[in-house]
Amino acid sequence: MYTLSNRLRLFSVILMVVGLIGLIVGFGQRPGSVEEVKEMMAAHDAHGGGHGESQVAESGHGNQGHGEEDAHGGDTHYEHVLHQLQNKPWASLYVAAFFFFMIALGVLAFYAIQFASQSGWSPVLFRVMEAITAYLVPGGIILFVILALSGFHVNHLFVWADPEVVAHDALIQGKSSWLNGWGFIIRAAIFLGGWLLYRHFAVKYSRKQDEDSEGNKWYKKSFKISAAFLVFFIYTESMASWDWIMSFDPHWFSTLFGWYVFASLFVSGITTIALISIYLKSKGYLEFVNNSHIHDLAKFMFGISIFWTYLWFSQFMLIWYSNIPEEVTYFITRIEDYKLPFFGMLVMNFIFPILVLMNSDFKRVNWFVVMAGIVILCGHYIDVYNMIMPATVGESWFIGISEISAVSLFLGLFLFVVFRALTKAPLLPKGNPYIEESKHFHY
Amino acid sequence: MASKVIHALYIDDDILMDAVKKVRAEHYHIEEVYTPFPVHGLDKAMGLPHTRLAITSFMYGCVGLTVAILMMNYIMIEDWPQDIGGKPSFSYIENMPSFVPIMFELTVFFAAHLMVITFYMRSKLWPFKEAENPDVRTTDDHFLMEVDAGNHDVDQLASFLGDTGAVEIKVIDKEEDNH
Repeated sequence: MYTLSNRLRLFSVILMVVGLIGLIVGFGQRPGSVEEVKEMMAAHDAHGGGHGESQVAESGHGNQGHGEEDAHGGDTHYEHVLHQLQNKPWASLYVAAFFFFMIALGVLAFYAIQFASQSGWSPVLFRVMEAITAYLVPGGIILFVILALSGFHVNHLFVWADPEVVAHDALIQGKSSWLNGWGFIIRAAIFLGGWLLYRHFAVKYSRKQDEDSEGNKWYKKSFKISAAFLVFFIYTESMASWDWIMSFDPHWFSTLFGWYVFASLFVSGITTIALISIYLKSKGYLEFVNNSHIHDLAKFMFGISIFWTYLWFSQFMLIWYSNIPEEVTYFITRIEDYKLPFFGMLVMNFIFPILVLMNSDFKRVNWFVVMAGIVILCGHYIDVYNMIMPATVGESWFIGISEISAVSLFLGLFLFVVFRALTKAPLLPKGNPYIEESKHFHY
Repeated sequence: MASKVIHALYIDDDILMDAVKKVRAEHYHIEEVYTPFPVHGLDKAMGLPHTRLAITSFMYGCVGLTVAILMMNYIMIEDWPQDIGGKPSFSYIENMPSFVPIMFELTVFFAAHLMVITFYMRSKLWPFKEAENPDVRTTDDHFLMEVDAGNHDVDQLASFLGDTGAVEIKVIDKEEDNH
């Protein structure tokens, strides 16, 4: 049995408290009026001037451009920035909430695949996977609350939730039978409810199988619900990705978006399984997990990273090549305003894993896997960031106090929930019919 | 000098794997094992050095990537630039996304084909090459372990191999060394 050490508990609580305080500060720092935005921007320009004359020249040029517009033109710009900055803490909260939720969801899908394919290598890792999916419960509830608040326009994350915007937008009007507050939260409730339901029964059957492995009755039940869940999952995950991410840009659409988000959550989930397994091994637990298991997880990290790149590129190239205005604007915004995170994410999610994890021997070296894993997780955080921020805060983005605090809050919660769930059951699912094969898994 | 080798035949890959481990534990020298299909982990059990084929494959892939870049740069940018879909071919880097499929395909093409050719050359395989396996049954359902008798007592070695599960044991006088 795993016992949660006081240090880890304290660490996660500190992360949560710091994150919460930081978020409150972040929400408090939101500008309340256009005047405050002007002050902030003036302060920022003066600050920039201290570093180099070129920047002063640039901002001077910018002001000239605004001067040529009519008097109100300047104010609409500031109002625009005001809305973006008011959105920023909400958006960063959403990015972090979704990111940690998607890790748990990716692990749930991976877990279901292990059952549906009757894998022999992985049962020794089942308790780690079950513990990570425990985060689905608090993470899902928090995500649902944020989604409900956004769907009913308490904040301005989704433009389609703003009745004034919709009144002047024929394209969103055409989509409003799908994109409306009630439809949005009912769908979210169905998706989250279905996933949590599977999670509940899968874990329950897995524990029952330990108590009573006679005839593998519970294992067969796990197999059946896992297969059914995977069918449910791939439809709902795809629709959830339209609702929860693609609808930030309600004019834009991409047919493989669901797959793309799936690849992202899948690789993040597998990476987290590897990281937590290696951590537990370093603490002397999971003695039955050998380096062949780590090797297999690292192969998945490598393979799914490339799969993610393949989908990213398939989406990018077709849109870039056909150059249809309403499609290509999505990437133009990202390349112009988000150049560093956009291309940096490609390096972190593709070039780094392909070079570091290509060698077969490196996939067995724990610190190599940990290093690659941390870069992959950061890369996929930035991936989610790139999917959400351009539509919510536009060019007013920066990694500030609210982004870091939101990550800290949810990381703390994630660690707390996952490691507490690990203490609930023996780390070896001894009743699993493939447990001997898994213990002796060697390649 | 004529050397003696012992051919021990097995009918199951699990028994063969155990036998290989036992024979090596007794410090007998296994010349070669002939199997009808690849047996996972046999190379490690025999103590064969790790293959370097993967390294050559990586290098061939790099060559393929370079060839693709140079080729597309020459064809599409330098020699005959065209305006396709409103994207005039003035620079390689600007049109790079449309060349990525070719870069990918040629990387895979070079890595795969040259790796196979390297494998053939390294294993001394070519058309009309005479088969080396000493017993045709190894192409069907038998596994053959060739153990160097060396200075060991042949009878003792033969009975030891029989204990490891061999179904048939033959002592062969080799006139010349094949290897």
